[in-house]
Amino acid sequence: MPQRSHSTLGELLVKQGVSRRSFLRFCAAATSLLALPPSLVPVFAESLAKARRPSVIWLSFQECTGCTESLTRSHAPNLEDLILNALSLEYHHTLQAASGEAAEAARLQAIAENKGQYLVIVDGSVPGPNSEPGYSTIAGHSNYDILLETVDQAAVVIAVGSCAAFGGLPAAEPNPTGARPIMELVKDKPLVTIPGCPPIPMAISGVVAHYLAFGRLPELDQYLRPLAFYGQSIHDRCYRRPFYDKGLFAEGFDDEGAKRGWCLYRLGCKGPITYNACATMKWNDGTSWPVEAGHPCLGCSEPRFWDAGGFYRAVSVPLTLGPNTLLGAGAVGIAAGAVAGALARRRARIAERTLPPVSIEELEAKQ
Amino acid sequence: MNDAMAFLLWTKGPMLNLALGIFALGVAVRLVEILILGRAKNYAEPRAPEWIGGAKALVSRTLPDPGTFRRAPFDVLIGWLWHIGFILVLLFFVPHVELIRGVLGFAWPALPTPLVDVSTALTILGLIAALVHRLTHPVKRFLSTGEDYLIWAVVFMVVLTGYLSYHRLITPYPLALGMHILSAEIFLILVPLTRLSHLFTAFIARWYTGAHFGRKGVEA
Ligand code: SF4
Ligand code: SF4
Repeated sequence: MPQRSHSTLGELLVKQGVSRRSFLRFCAAATSLLALPPSLVPVFAESLAKARRPSVIWLSFQECTGCTESLTRSHAPNLEDLILNALSLEYHHTLQAASGEAAEAARLQAIAENKGQYLVIVDGSVPGPNSEPGYSTIAGHSNYDILLETVDQAAVVIAVGSCAAFGGLPAAEPNPTGARPIMELVKDKPLVTIPGCPPIPMAISGVVAHYLAFGRLPELDQYLRPLAFYGQSIHDRCYRRPFYDKGLFAEGFDDEGAKRGWCLYRLGCKGPITYNACATMKWNDGTSWPVEAGHPCLGCSEPRFWDAGGFYRAVSVPLTLGPNTLLGAGAVGIAAGAVAGALARRRARIAERTLPPVSIEELEAKQ
Repeated sequence: MNDAMAFLLWTKGPMLNLALGIFALGVAVRLVEILILGRAKNYAEPRAPEWIGGAKALVSRTLPDPGTFRRAPFDVLIGWLWHIGFILVLLFFVPHVELIRGVLGFAWPALPTPLVDVSTALTILGLIAALVHRLTHPVKRFLSTGEDYLIWAVVFMVVLTGYLSYHRLITPYPLALGMHILSAEIFLILVPLTRLSHLFTAFIARWYTGAHFGRKGVEA
């Protein structure tokens, strides 16, 4: 295993039969994806070729394997394959051949041999330190212990998918397992989140490529998401936006508006509050993306998207309030107003009867 | 880090229920109280039906008369500008229309967003101009109370945070949107408690005045 980490990425690609020309093409694509200036392509290519093949430990906790699916189903041959084949994946539940004791031993060995050098990719959320650890264990160890033990000597931590980034489905109300996002548990390591349910594969490989080439993470937003992929909202890059601006909406999945490709806001599109690259990079190798396929964006790359209102209700619709609440409050108000009004009226009538009349002389005397 | 989203969900959930509850209850109390209190009985023979005068005043007191305009053109223009801008944005911005549909169960078509955007910007400018005038005009300044400035600040915050959210000038976005919704909720709560109640009393008052003069057969 150690000798694997000694060969450089460039050497490895040559061995795999990747030509210099196609490598450069990949580098150009990656730099543009990462929103780096084109002048950086040669630098990027050179440093990427020289990068040591990094050791990666992939930890899967409370997750559905959708993120791994997203990554491994990307179409060959592309940047994702290139980068991922070049990684030395030392430990990944689903993908590794070893199991049981041998698998855990591989993880510990990878930590020991690559201290301070290896990348940790986490998918899935983790029951926090104060939750019942039994909700999710591997080989008898709690997710939390494994996470802390593994990131301790890591160079960077990449939280892949909305569960690792924000808690995701396991952390949705009422969060029975006490699931926590990685950023709340890992505080002292360079951390990047790549949320999405699942995330766009290119966002994962793009971040890895950037790290390999420059030795640091790309620019991040407040949620530690790489700005290159999460810097703009779905809504601002959506090709249906002109219909939104004109107020033309589909109101059903098969009505006239839907057929004409009008905006899906009224069908519950969360594009306006969602930052992700779907609208520009699309899915399945640039084939299409949910809104193009006629389905509203679910807001999968934002915190708490499972709890942020029904998927098919417009973003601005209140979470719990309906006409009845308002009618109820109004009815109580009318009753209270009637009482207050009656009292005031009575006071006025009593005053009319009992207040002594004032003469002009008295008023003038007061001045 | 989930805090901004938790804040947004709070403003869209429990806080909205509370604010709209207080608004509906407060407005109902105020209205019913005013209507029940009524006015002293007028025994004089009416010269003309009350409703004609009332209806006329509704219009005439809403439109600026030439005299007022000549005396205070700034107040009339700026006042109109931002009131209309505010109402347009409030009632015809896509998300607002959907919100109204969600709360009332019915709504109306929205206006194109660029139009709403311009009218938001004009409203902001109008509000700033109104404040500057209030602060520099000696008489206005003398007449202004703390409540006036509070109301200005709340209305301004509602419009400003809306504008900032729409243009995504505050990050993270859920924080911007949450601030906008919270400002609107403070506005709603203040409606029945402050002079903002003119939102619904203005027209009642105009009607009363008009009707009062109308039955005497004179112009209001
Ligand atoms: S379909 Fe969604 S993302 Fe696209 S314009 Fe409409 S609301 Fe925005
Ligand atoms: S369109 Fe929205 S819900 Fe769908 S994958 Fe993209 S960000 Fe997630």
